[in-house]
Amino acid sequence: MKILIVDDERDVEMLFRQKFRKETRSENLELVFAFSGVEALEILGESDPPSVVYVFSDINMPGMTGLELLDKIKERFPQINVSMISAYGDSENFNKAIKSGAKEFFTKPIDFESLKEEIRNLMKT
Amino acid sequence: MEKAAKRYMGLSRHRIFSTLLLIVLLLDSNLIYGNTEKAVEGFSIDSYWWLFLIFGFFLFSIGYMVKKTQKDQVFAKEKELWKKMEISFSSEIEKLKETIDATHLQLIQQEKLASLGQLTAGIAHEIKNPLNFVNNFSELSIEYVDEINEAVEKLEQNETTEDIKSLLGDVKVNLTKILQHGSRADGIVRSMLMHSRGGKGIKEPTDLNELIKEYVNLAFHGMRASKNPINVDIKVQLEEELPKVLLNPEDFSRVILNLCKNAFDAMRDKTELLGKDYLPKLSVSTKNLQDGVMLVVEDNGPGVPEEIRDKLLMPFFTTKKGTEGTGLGLSITHDIIKDHEGVLEIDSQVGEYTRFIILIPKIH
Repeated sequence: MKILIVDDERDVEMLFRQKFRKETRSENLELVFAFSGVEALEILGESDPPSVVYVFSDINMPGMTGLELLDKIKERFPQINVSMISAYGDSENFNKAIKSGAKEFFTKPIDFESLKEEIRNLMKT
Repeated sequence: MEKAAKRYMGLSRHRIFSTLLLIVLLLDSNLIYGNTEKAVEGFSIDSYWWLFLIFGFFLFSIGYMVKKTQKDQVFAKEKELWKKMEISFSSEIEKLKETIDATHLQLIQQEKLASLGQLTAGIAHEIKNPLNFVNNFSELSIEYVDEINEAVEKLEQNETTEDIKSLLGDVKVNLTKILQHGSRADGIVRSMLMHSRGGKGIKEPTDLNELIKEYVNLAFHGMRASKNPINVDIKVQLEEELPKVLLNPEDFSRVILNLCKNAFDAMRDKTELLGKDYLPKLSVSTKNLQDGVMLVVEDNGPGVPEEIRDKLLMPFFTTKKGTEGTGLGLSITHDIIKDHEGVLEIDSQVGEYTRFIILIPKIH
């Protein structure tokens, strides 16, 4: 199962790869990273239908924001699950994201246990 | 006023009488010494008609003069009264002008603070991201050290493995310290963000003790970083078995901050008066009561005189000079407590202590 993580901070890749080291080794999980909304859309458009099933995106990014990316993904690939990860845990961002069809809303600092739980649930189905 | 008028009237009457007496005497002396011949010849009213005329004229002019002086006196009095009123008016205007100037300065100060708030929010966010990495990576490394330890355990144990294990133990302690202090910094940044975002929070079951620990500390460090820091002995006595209460942490933290700040300001005034003999003390405590949770913030500052105790909660009432206070701190505090269906009581003894007691109902 392929999961795409979108964040403009490059160290996020190292963090996620280490955090999900066991899961990527033993279970059928593959992590892909994009550092901007545009890059994320490129990765999703590489194959048809896209191999990615779940996107986790940051909201506050230069260029395309996570919320804009969410709208675009939902428009082009409605079957992909999208959850937001944001440092801005305010109700405004939350409501916008959920209204636009985000599955979950995670706040930074990321609680990796709940993130793992979310991915595990997805893998079961 | 009336008394003065009477005295004045009495005086003038006395004067009129004496003047009249003088005239009569003059006339008499004229009769007696001036024209003795005529006087001898016989005294007839017909030949002295002019004397009566002069007398009448004198009487009239005296009356007129008296009336005039009376009038002048009244005018002078009125004038004085007006002058007094004018002075009191102008001092009133002066006072108003001072308040307007002070308010103006306060507004500028507020504006500065508001922009500072926005700036802080931006900075806080910028700090939060790298801080998250520090915390996440240290957390990860702790997990890795544990894994390495497990792997080492599987090896044949000798002096080298003991060395490795002891070193790994130290590394783990260090990483735990990094995580601990990183989380502490994260907490501070989070509360900074909470305040700069401005009143949008919701009421949720909150650990009041945790909130108090965090914000008393923050208020203390805020004061220490201010222009006039003071040495304060802070005692936080929290009841361990305190149930969670329904609080809007964002708002309620402001209550704690405001009360602490007021206490610090009051105690600063007292240190300026008494000097080194006085040791400022702030005590914050919680108690689990039958039908609520009690929070007490007590300082040993100058106290609040009885006559202004009622005014303390009024908006814009301040005992602080110039731009130091907006007079809104306690009023906002009171509003927040009312919003939580709580009660705020003030107990104080001048020169001894001021105690703010807050009661918040429990969750049913």
